[in-house]
Amino acid sequence: MTTTTLTATAGTGAAERHRMVEDFAYRMRHHALNMGEVQGQGYVGQALGAADMFAAVYADQLVYRPEDPDWDGRDRFLLSTGHYAIGHYAALAQAGIVPIEELETYGSDDSRLPMSGMATYTPGMEISGGSLGHGLPIAIGTALGLRHQGSTSRVINFMSDGELDEGSTWEAAMGAHHHGLGNLTVLVDINALQADGKTDTVLRTEPVADKWAANGWHVQRVDGNDVGQLLAAFDAVAKEAEPDARPSVILCDTRVGRGVPLLEEREKAHFMRIDEHEWKICREQLTAGHEGATK
Amino acid sequence: MTTTPVKARLKTSAMIASFADPGQKTAPAPFGHALVRAAEENPAIVGLTADLGKYTDMHIFAKAFPERFFQMGMAEQLLLGAAAGMAQTGLVPFASTYSVFAARRAYDFLCLDAAEPNLNVNVVGGLPGLTTGYGPSHQATEDMAIFRGMPNLTIVDPCDSLDIEQAVPQLAASGGPTYLRLLRGNVPTVLDEYDYTFELGKAKVLRGGADVVFVSSGLMTMRALAAAKELAKHHVDVAVVHAPTIKPFDSETVLRELNTDRLAVTLENHSVVGGLFETVASAVVHSGINKRVVPIALPDEFLHAGALPTLHERYGLSVARIVEKVLGEL
Ligand SMILES: Cc1ncc(C[n+]2csc(CCOP(=O)(O)OP(=O)(O)O)c2C)c(N)n1
Ligand SMILES: [Mg+2]
Repeated sequence: MTTTTLTATAGTGAAERHRMVEDFAYRMRHHALNMGEVQGQGYVGQALGAADMFAAVYADQLVYRPEDPDWDGRDRFLLSTGHYAIGHYAALAQAGIVPIEELETYGSDDSRLPMSGMATYTPGMEISGGSLGHGLPIAIGTALGLRHQGSTSRVINFMSDGELDEGSTWEAAMGAHHHGLGNLTVLVDINALQADGKTDTVLRTEPVADKWAANGWHVQRVDGNDVGQLLAAFDAVAKEAEPDARPSVILCDTRVGRGVPLLEEREKAHFMRIDEHEWKICREQLTAGHEGATK
Repeated sequence: MTTTPVKARLKTSAMIASFADPGQKTAPAPFGHALVRAAEENPAIVGLTADLGKYTDMHIFAKAFPERFFQMGMAEQLLLGAAAGMAQTGLVPFASTYSVFAARRAYDFLCLDAAEPNLNVNVVGGLPGLTTGYGPSHQATEDMAIFRGMPNLTIVDPCDSLDIEQAVPQLAASGGPTYLRLLRGNVPTVLDEYDYTFELGKAKVLRGGADVVFVSSGLMTMRALAAAKELAKHHVDVAVVHAPTIKPFDSETVLRELNTDRLAVTLENHSVVGGLFETVASAVVHSGINKRVVPIALPDEFLHAGALPTLHERYGLSVARIVEKVLGEL
């Protein structure tokens, strides 16, 4: 193997870089709607909300070889939030790791794309994350293990705001700082939602930024649906955090259902109910929004 | 950009799946309603959950007694540690989460904070055994194996809505720590057709039969009763003994039924390791009776993700697979 797929946008101008990530996210959102329609339910709202985060990672940041997802030199992207697999599959398909045609098997018997992400099922899936609060501890070990063996690969852990409730997250947060893991970046999807309702009614986690900062992390908080802000945050990680051997967290405020006004305006729910006739409307709204934005 | 809609599929590994047969009689949220009734009698009862109130029927209690309901967030160690603390102060907590998180993540907190001091902490575990197609993260195939080793803990594996309704007040009254394998949502009602009441610590003979004796717990008693009806068509006469209390186990009743020359079969919605089968096997060996017992249980494996009916068929829990197994053994 001679080719290394470095970040797809390396060497491109700022506007082009931005456009590539937005386009990636737009295509991901269509994939997510298609997968959601197969099941008639599920975590479509989360996938739409987090699409820009996934897109920034896969279209701009991550080093990987689509034809060899287990390549040793790859960066590691850990999906801690197993039920966000629908979003991750959309990214894996758009990245060329999973065939786009395979997405329609999402959540079906004997599919490689189960509802909850599992490493043993899916190429490019590093961990099995359905029991929430596991990603960050594993990421600490991955980052330590890679560094110990002289690798310069990065580790990116994706987690949800609900996972901030788990003690394991904060044990790991202290561990990452203690071990000086500049090769670790964490993305938190703050959609202000969890299973029983709005995050501030379930368990008040704010002030989130202060908590990570108190644990010694390089902290940024951005609009997670603003590609420009996401890319700037990743650039700041490379400039400020990594050389300092500080782990980095990018806190991303996102909007459930982003890109589809019908869903953005619907009452937030962990399982968003979408009626059969609405899928077409969702797709049309998504396409119209994208065309409007890129005119 | 393709925008063509894809065909919807029937088979889903979605988290919430029903195991009720089409047209079967069911009762809505039997645990939630039973807890409300128990709480009307006993002001010490409180409810807690770890961001799974809606998914464990605890939301019914939360609505009826908002001031006696405590949302602990998705923090299962906190849930069970805090439940123990509340019990220390004289309250009777019922704490709900999924079985996997109670058994795997929060075990230490239940064990040392509630079981060792023998406090009245009642753990309510959703999705016991194979009741979701969501994969190993949510399939509590070994929860009874984990919990059976915990001294003082009472373990109840109810069959249906009637079992749950009758168990809840008895769990509250039992004094020590308990674990209930919750069936939630629209739960089948089956045992009302039999001369049956739930008694904590007791196994009950639901029907007699000359050729085979089933010893079952949990939703597998529903399957055992259906399989017995099917086997009658093959001229096989099957007795069914329902043993919903796994610990302390009613060895006396079960051994009396096993100590005959009928084919003995255990049926459980749990791994073949450490659950009902091994509970029965240990009772048999202790007693000195010489009896072969055939297990119908989940294999000692991490199970697949997939649609629940597919998986029950694949792993031998369906009525058809039970019938096939028994006919093969005779
Ligand atoms: C350890 C653990 N506890 C409980 C659950 C059940 N659960 C699944 S998703 C969820 C909500 C978690 O919050 P978040 O990930 O922010 O949810 P979302 O934004 O997708 O609604 C819960 C409690 C779980 N999967 N893992
Ligand atoms: Mg959330």
